[in-house]
Amino acid sequence: MKNLIDFFKSFLLLELLKGMSVTGKYFFARHVTVEYPEEKTPQSFRFRGLHAQRRYPNGEERCIGCKLCEAVCPALAIKIEVAERADGTRRTTQYDIDLVKCIFCGFCEESCPVDAIVETRIYEYHGENRGDLYYTKAMLLANGDKHEAQIAADRAADAKYR
Amino acid sequence: MAEIKNYTMNFGPQHPAAHGVLRLVLELDGEVIERADPHIGLLHRATEKLAEHKTFLQTVPYMDRLDYVSMMLNEHAYVMAVEKLAGIEVPIRAQYIRVMYDEITRILNHLLWLGASGIDLGAMTMFFYTFREREDLLDAYEAVSGARLHAAYYRPGGVYRDLPDSMPQYEASKVHNAAAVKKMNENRQGSLLDFLEDFTNRFPGYVDEYETLLTDNRIWKQRTVGIGVVSPERALALGFTGPMLRGSGVVWDLRKKQPYEVYDRIDFDIPVGVEGDCYDRYLVRVEEMRQSNRIIKQCIDWLRKNPGPVMADNHKFAPPRRESMKQNMEELIHHFKLFSEGFHVPAGEAYSAVEHAKGEFGIYLVSDGANKPYRMKIRAPGFSHLSSLNEMTKGHMIADVVAIIGTQDIVFGEIDR
Repeated sequence: MKNLIDFFKSFLLLELLKGMSVTGKYFFARHVTVEYPEEKTPQSFRFRGLHAQRRYPNGEERCIGCKLCEAVCPALAIKIEVAERADGTRRTTQYDIDLVKCIFCGFCEESCPVDAIVETRIYEYHGENRGDLYYTKAMLLANGDKHEAQIAADRAADAKYR
Repeated sequence: MAEIKNYTMNFGPQHPAAHGVLRLVLELDGEVIERADPHIGLLHRATEKLAEHKTFLQTVPYMDRLDYVSMMLNEHAYVMAVEKLAGIEVPIRAQYIRVMYDEITRILNHLLWLGASGIDLGAMTMFFYTFREREDLLDAYEAVSGARLHAAYYRPGGVYRDLPDSMPQYEASKVHNAAAVKKMNENRQGSLLDFLEDFTNRFPGYVDEYETLLTDNRIWKQRTVGIGVVSPERALALGFTGPMLRGSGVVWDLRKKQPYEVYDRIDFDIPVGVEGDCYDRYLVRVEEMRQSNRIIKQCIDWLRKNPGPVMADNHKFAPPRRESMKQNMEELIHHFKLFSEGFHVPAGEAYSAVEHAKGEFGIYLVSDGANKPYRMKIRAPGFSHLSSLNEMTKGHMIADVVAIIGTQDIVFGEIDR
């Protein structure tokens, strides 16, 4: 008897039809895909994307050249040179991040005692030539200036957890 | 009479069913495999050697990149080894968070495995469905660590940050208007835990759908039943762990046999197979997803009720909170010491293993008292599974090799390191 039932189940393609009913149901269901350039998936305020250097509200750059990020960087992607400025303060003369080496672990941001180097939400960038992804201090500061509002909002949201 | 010779064929490393950079040299008798010889090493990045030149903290992000589909589980084995060596106490809340994320990672891994195996064996739809669920879990990853894959979230002494109280939301665009976006954001109104709870409520239904599509499906059964049979004795002798071993009917799970973190307080079952073929291993993995879902539920319950610290309070190993670092000289010194020199651990050795999604993933650390390990050895489950490929494929057809590679859940990040 069981053989007979099994035969008919198999002959009538029952399990295939059941599977088809699942896929058929989704044929009419709401799409779950996000159409990327027009809309984007939600991004956490902790997102670790492209780096930026920040400034204080008075326009002074935050980085004091303590080289902690250079020391902690597991991929050795950061290169810093420091010199004393005319006003006697210590500032970087060179601050380069090689994004090709960078593994986006976020340790530079975590280690920075003055919140100067941050990882922003930006993930849409590219390089067309060799060296385009070698970010210098000027490029990083420009990034920071452009997105300061978002950066500050994200740090504020995350402050209570850190 | 023509002389008949075995035909040698190259499979991979660029073959889409080779799961990464596996290269197989197959010796064939017609379409039957006489010998399968895996060639590995194409993804070798010398992680073990790199670890000898990095502080204990700096190695954490490299752990993500070993088995790059179950990131946090790798980190877990590593941070547990460091904690064992240094004798760091981990706060209970951090342990629950780790267990919860371990299980999320296990589901992520099994979902990718199910989707990829489905594609390998001709079930295209599985891939779409499993990636839909992966998206939610990757959002949970991003919410907590800031990265969808390479999280670098676990730290010696706990986890980096506590779970966030809010989830990011979809924004209206020309594709979806405000009303549609409101619907998409429905499960994102509360905290991360609410989001995950909503997921755990939905997930068993999704697993039922996968099973409707595959478990009784005649094509799936023809491709997996009786393929790659491993007896329990051979499975043990070959060094199998995880679903590969349990699929052969051996009850072995590190979460039960040597409970770490808070697994001894959590209620879950271990599925085991009977026949030891690809089909049983499929059933074991599907049931493991259901069990992981149960564990996540229990962790959510506990985490809701018990706020607390998620990082050890010992500033010799764990960095101080940012606020106190900026106001307090001593904390600032700790901060600088930890991020430049790192911490020293006492001389000695430690082995710690976790029940990885693929089996027993272990880290063996030898320290000579410096701020870097003297030696780190990675015990990757995939390596011993792949070593058995010859035995498992012998006598099967070429098409079955794909099924067997699939069932072994090979990821080259950990095999080649």
